[in-house]
Amino acid sequence: MATSTGRATGTTRDRAAGAVDGARGPGRGGRPGPLRRSLSQYWYAWAMVAPVIVVTAALIGWPLVRGVYLSLTDATEANMGRTIGVNVIPSTYEFTGLDNYVSILGSGLFWEKLTWTVLWTVACVALHYGIGLGLALMLNRRMRFRSAYRVLLILPWAIPPFVAAFIWRYLYNSDYGVINAMLRGVGLGGVGWLDDPTTAKIAVIAVNVWIGIPFMMLALLGGLQSIPRELYEAAEVDGATPWQRFRFVTIPGLRTVSSTVILLGTIWTFNMFPLIFLITGGGPGSSTEILVTYAYREAFTGIRNYSGSAAWGVLILLLLVVMAVVYRRALRKQGEVW
Amino acid sequence: MSTATVNTGTSGRATGRRRVRSRDERSLGSSILLHGTLILASLISIFPVVWLILTSLKPRDGWLSTELKLFDDSSLENYTRVLTETQFPSWLLNSVIIAGLTTIIGVFLASTTGYAISRFRFPGYRGVMWMLLITQMFPVAILIVPLYNLMAGLGLLNQIPGLVIAYMTVAVPFCAWMMKGYFDSIPREIDQAGMIDGLSPFGTFWRVILPLARPSLAVTAFYSFMTAWGEVAYATVFMTGDDTRTLAAGLQQFVGQHWSDWGLMTAAAVLIAVPAAVVFLLVQRNLVAGLTAGATKL
Repeated sequence: MATSTGRATGTTRDRAAGAVDGARGPGRGGRPGPLRRSLSQYWYAWAMVAPVIVVTAALIGWPLVRGVYLSLTDATEANMGRTIGVNVIPSTYEFTGLDNYVSILGSGLFWEKLTWTVLWTVACVALHYGIGLGLALMLNRRMRFRSAYRVLLILPWAIPPFVAAFIWRYLYNSDYGVINAMLRGVGLGGVGWLDDPTTAKIAVIAVNVWIGIPFMMLALLGGLQSIPRELYEAAEVDGATPWQRFRFVTIPGLRTVSSTVILLGTIWTFNMFPLIFLITGGGPGSSTEILVTYAYREAFTGIRNYSGSAAWGVLILLLLVVMAVVYRRALRKQGEVW
Repeated sequence: MSTATVNTGTSGRATGRRRVRSRDERSLGSSILLHGTLILASLISIFPVVWLILTSLKPRDGWLSTELKLFDDSSLENYTRVLTETQFPSWLLNSVIIAGLTTIIGVFLASTTGYAISRFRFPGYRGVMWMLLITQMFPVAILIVPLYNLMAGLGLLNQIPGLVIAYMTVAVPFCAWMMKGYFDSIPREIDQAGMIDGLSPFGTFWRVILPLARPSLAVTAFYSFMTAWGEVAYATVFMTGDDTRTLAAGLQQFVGQHWSDWGLMTAAAVLIAVPAAVVFLLVQRNLVAGLTAGATKL
């Protein structure tokens, strides 16, 4: 129960908490220590957050710590401790310091995968955003069949990604796929879409663009609709051309939404596992393997290289965190709130 | 094709000499362009799905055709085969149970957390916010091995609870963000009124705020369901028994490296995608509102 001292220490930021305390009736006497005091003031907030904290700590915190540790060892499937029947085989892997990182960063493979991952992310997010914005602008107009278009255009989002991946794999099939059938129909030869590194890359980007546009489109449409109409009317009165209205009213009005969806889109695309895993399996060779799928393959095919995979994972996480921090800082410089 | 109908009133078409076109007005040409583009985009957007459905209705070896045929002795053969000759029904059951549990637990955890970080400023608040943001970035690759070992140690491999727990880590952080965004839009006076009427903080949350947040709860539930329904990496690794697979892991069996049967594949895909798509289209309006409310306040 809150005491008056407890309330007095609350700053203005704690107004809500203070209000809550106020409703809790008179305190229990005595003079509790600072720990008890904050415990009594915040226990319900903590109690509400606690389950998530516990789950996260157990399932992300612990594996993360362990993953970082594994990345500093030479653990593979062969020397990992395990239990076979009644026999317990102890782990024999050793601490090797930064060896894994050195060998990953020193190999051309990492840079090759990184280049492709960056290319993949930039291409996908740029196309998502560009096409999504274009469609959102069109849908934001008054016209016939608007809701019909809207429903048809968000359909790809409604299809679970793994199903979409299988559908597209069939469409791309070089012998029986409909894309090649169409090409042959107009007199062109079929293309082995998933057999050649370049076309395979184009193919996976196309699928991801197909899947990702609806989210961008709807988020931006929401943003467009929240721009006050008066701004456009004012611009019109001032004689602004459509381009000027777009440039000086629409774009600034979409800033918050844009920055958020671009950040989310980048993270999602960077980590987009199912599409590449299910469509090309990383192939041909490992040409379409992005960092995430490669790390997964390290961990679960052949002799499972747990430590190497963990090191890849740590590097991926570092890249993303750096990116998010830089992005946030850039936004803050422009006066964004968060 | 619709031509312009509404004018904002400042200057009608009657003036004739105006150079600046109002937003809601367009010429026939741009109308055609507009609708043409949208029709093209819609076609691209629905084509794969339509083709999937058409293929699934072809007979057993209909997919092995190099010609373009929309219909070809339509039959439900592929569907009967999927439902009777494969493990599909048990995969479906697994997926439904796993996704259902993930949804129920996930929504509950996400809403309590979302409420706490929306209403209270408590020590550790910033830490929780950052944690929720960072965990969304976690690549599956770094967690999957330790999590696999953890599950193996606890005997949770090939067990439904194991996968549900793993999906919590994916679904809850994002859902908590979305719920926070929605709770932020509910005026605090409502909480205060509830408390003045003698409700405890939990009582206020449970009996006053949660009912108000129903649209957002629907969105969150849907999002967690879809996350669990469509996840591939954890499902592939954690569920390896033939009858413990989920749909996402199981479908890979139909089109393996040595043997593939796209007839089975397409029928199964339709059975999975159509219910999901119908529910999706029903909740999509709420979904967008929820996503942008959560996201813009990120």
